[in-house]
Amino acid sequence: MNKRTIQSIVLGVMVGLAVGLGSYTFIYAKGYSYLLNDPASCANCHIMQEQYDGWEKSSHRSVATCNDCHTPPGFFAKYYSKASNGFWHSFGFTTGRFHEPIQIKPHNRDITEKACRKCHQEIVDAIENPHAMSEQNETSCLRCHRNVGHLH
Amino acid sequence: MSESINEKPPAARTWSTRKFVLITALIATLGAIAGAALLINIFERKQEGRNPFYRVVDLTDETEDPEVWGKNFPLQYDGYKRTVDQIRTRYGGSEALPRSPTQADPRSVVAQSKLEEDPRLKAMWAGYAFSKDFREERGHAYMLDDQTFTERQQAAQQPGTCMQCHASVYVPYKKLGGGDLIKGFEAMNQMSYTEARKLVEHPVGCIDCHDPSNMQLRVTRPGFIEGMAALKASQGIANYDVNKMATRQEMRAFVCGQCHVEYYFKGPEKRLVYPWQKGLKIDDIMAYYDEVKQKDWTHADTGAPVLKAQHPEFEMWNQGIHARSGVACADCHMPYKRVGALKISDHHVRSPLLNINLACQTCHKWSEEELKARVETIQERTFKLRNVAMDALMDLINDIKAAKAAGKTDEQLAGAQDFQRLAQFYLDFVEAENSTGFHAPQEAARILGESIDFSRKGQKALR
Repeated sequence: MNKRTIQSIVLGVMVGLAVGLGSYTFIYAKGYSYLLNDPASCANCHIMQEQYDGWEKSSHRSVATCNDCHTPPGFFAKYYSKASNGFWHSFGFTTGRFHEPIQIKPHNRDITEKACRKCHQEIVDAIENPHAMSEQNETSCLRCHRNVGHLH
Repeated sequence: MSESINEKPPAARTWSTRKFVLITALIATLGAIAGAALLINIFERKQEGRNPFYRVVDLTDETEDPEVWGKNFPLQYDGYKRTVDQIRTRYGGSEALPRSPTQADPRSVVAQSKLEEDPRLKAMWAGYAFSKDFREERGHAYMLDDQTFTERQQAAQQPGTCMQCHASVYVPYKKLGGGDLIKGFEAMNQMSYTEARKLVEHPVGCIDCHDPSNMQLRVTRPGFIEGMAALKASQGIANYDVNKMATRQEMRAFVCGQCHVEYYFKGPEKRLVYPWQKGLKIDDIMAYYDEVKQKDWTHADTGAPVLKAQHPEFEMWNQGIHARSGVACADCHMPYKRVGALKISDHHVRSPLLNINLACQTCHKWSEEELKARVETIQERTFKLRNVAMDALMDLINDIKAAKAAGKTDEQLAGAQDFQRLAQFYLDFVEAENSTGFHAPQEAARILGESIDFSRKGQKALR
């Protein structure tokens, strides 16, 4: 065997090992589940177990999954949001650096706020101040109804 | 690309290929290492989620020592042991004050004296053991020592009844009663404190609130079992058995209500009774005490037949918004916390003000400063009103004293003495309650307002 063949074999083994280990980890950690719509996958890492338990008893359990309220509409926006949150949540969980009890970030809260209107636009139109000039006096659904999805 | 490679001399081409292979291999290696590290981290996290507990020892209905329970439940036991902490809050908590141990009292640390902070308390309790020694309450860990060594023990002969709440008494009661809890309770009530003290060893422990076979919450205090049955009977529920009929969430308040209540010692047999036959409100309790003509002592300066309110946290909480919303004692004083993947209730029982994040912010989405300010606003207002009520009571006591000195008979003073009894009990009900009004702010203010009114009426009765 010439030098080149040996180099190729070594390279092949290295890359193969990395890909193999990566795929195994992906499957072991149920990575694929994050691409789907099952709310149980949001509690895979047990930090959101309480939110998941709460959702199962909530008024919205039969009409909305986690994704319906926590991702924006549109294929690209939805998967971008999943990827971004997925990365930061994994990062936080792996390093153990996150606030407890967990708190929603303004950006994600905004997504949820808008999500209410996906289904309830009509009633919001009817009650919203038509002269709202800034975001501050826009009607907030969550201010009063934050328990409909899950308590806490 | 291929053109540019072809232009290079063969040696340079080999070097470039080798570099490419090396760098790719390096990246792949680092990737594999990172992948393996992540895999192990995920594995560990998955393991955390399993096996909530290992049975190291067998727990029975006779396992009294919390340390033994701690072998099976080390996380809860760790928290439990931390009730030795002494931290002040604005209106409560306790400061660790050094003292020189003596033969009679070996404690080297005590809490601050409330009598020194407010000498009016001495006047209110004149002739009663509480006017000799009354300190800020410390954590559960000290309940037995602080009662064993208080100067109140020298001032008056205390009965064995006190043990119900100052010691882990479930196993001793059962032993004393030959397996019957109530019989043991009755027997210990009639002993002297010193005699009974020899039968108990620990402050409140695991077995006082948990069933050892399944860890479910359980009420073990006869006073509460009987008090609750009487309360429910007044609401039309016959034969109420708290251990069979209460919900889990109710039990998360009831186990605390076993001791954090108003009570009195009934009759010569010194039976511990919670005065709930007519209801849990102060007016119901007062009506009950008037009906059974209970007096804790005769006021030394005025001759009034007065009462000492104990620590009616359970009764006061029941009048507040948190109880109304189904929030139990444990939700704020033992909030859930996460240890690894486990969700456990924090057995370091303490003021929620020392743990605002888990105690309050689970429900209230405001900053810690904001929540603390809200609580302290309520407490400050209650404290100010309490001071007004205290001054009003002092005026009444002084007026009765003066009338007595001027030669008025007990018969002539009876009306004013009755008002003193009322004013004093209402004031003490808020004073002795360990939340400075927070458990039920408006109820606390109403009670203090009525106390002020009773003092005013008492003064009027002297005219």
